[in-house]
Amino acid sequence: MTQDAFLFLLNGLLWTVGLSAIGFAGGTPAGLAIALARTTAPGPLNRAAAGYIAVFQGTPLLMQLFVVYYGLALIGLKLDAWVAVAIGFTLHASAYLGEIWRGGIEAVPRGQTEAATALGIRYVSRMRDVVLPQALKISLPATIGFLVQLIKGTSLAAIVGFTELARAASIISNQTFKPLLVYAIVGVLYFALCWPLSIWGARMERKLAAASR
Amino acid sequence: MNYTMDFSVIADSMPQLLAGCAGTIGLALAGMVLAIAIGIGGVVLRDSPFAVVRWLVIAFVEAIRNTPFLVQIYFIFFALPLIGLKISPTPTAIIALGINGGAYAIEIIRGGVQSIPKGQVEAGLALGLHRGEVFRFIVLRPALRAIFPSLVSQFVLLTLTTSVASAVSAYELTSVAQRIESDTFRSFEVYGSVTVLYLAMSWLLMRGFAALSARAFAYPTK
Repeated sequence: MTQDAFLFLLNGLLWTVGLSAIGFAGGTPAGLAIALARTTAPGPLNRAAAGYIAVFQGTPLLMQLFVVYYGLALIGLKLDAWVAVAIGFTLHASAYLGEIWRGGIEAVPRGQTEAATALGIRYVSRMRDVVLPQALKISLPATIGFLVQLIKGTSLAAIVGFTELARAASIISNQTFKPLLVYAIVGVLYFALCWPLSIWGARMERKLAAASR
Repeated sequence: MNYTMDFSVIADSMPQLLAGCAGTIGLALAGMVLAIAIGIGGVVLRDSPFAVVRWLVIAFVEAIRNTPFLVQIYFIFFALPLIGLKISPTPTAIIALGINGGAYAIEIIRGGVQSIPKGQVEAGLALGLHRGEVFRFIVLRPALRAIFPSLVSQFVLLTLTTSVASAVSAYELTSVAQRIESDTFRSFEVYGSVTVLYLAMSWLLMRGFAALSARAFAYPTK
């Protein structure tokens, strides 16, 4: 494999990182809103959030990307492929992060909310200063785990036609006729990206388990 | 914009879509069976007296869990012919799904086996139960009960993952959808409907396994 081919793969890796970062950054505020709707909102909003999560967790990511990709074109939005894909990953991430953080918020002892309420602390401050800091700490390992899922998931953008690492791999593989070498290298690149995160997540989980004992 | 939705193509191709659903379930089932076999084997090898074997199992689990399924299935797709296995896309996809699911199954099953205190096995033997009875009633059933929810969600996840097998054109719902889409150009209608079909499948699987678990594991524990 030539140096150019390798640089092409590294460029793909850059897009993979970028796409994951966009999905995570976009999914964070939306996920937080969904988690809050699931835990503190009244009836209809709560059920809508639950339905949103159920749809995204019950369908393949690939279908979500297809539907967003063609759906946006249908409502007259002529967007670049990467914008459509980024929107798809943002929606996907918001549902998963929303569910993870819902679990975190519910794991915070009820007494914390009750004490804050008794002290006359209002909703915004109660959430921002009392509940969420504890909830985020509890859900950090799962959040890191999802980030690894998301990075791996961005490979599906290749099927929609977006040139990130996985699609760069099939392009180079078609040019060089060395699929095994190319996919092995690309596998190693993904691994180098995901493994440190996995180790960090596992360490966080052990720390948390030790702290709660 | 003046696009009119036309769902008649969906109605016309419903038989193919339902057959695709059956293909998806079949692929997921076969993959899960292979995954559990790999999982049980991996758990045994994970506690092997030889450090090299233990290390290889850990390396396998980490490698699979930290790389995308798409890269794995392409690698296997091109690697199998090199070791002399010339098989069609669908069995290739089953092998890839089994290997992918197997890495997760090792972790799940290991957790279940470790959840059985040693004292219970010793107590069973002391009470005069046969080794086989001890394994069935004291190790297997409670361990299965402990890991059942994780196994079910892993199975649903594997069912959703089968859609990626369309990349090597294995027979399942997504590849059926892609064929219908390229015939009719009704992209949104086709993928939207197929998404609903996937949702229905994962919902039915969850419900089915919840009912099964309520029947099989409804014994008192305390």
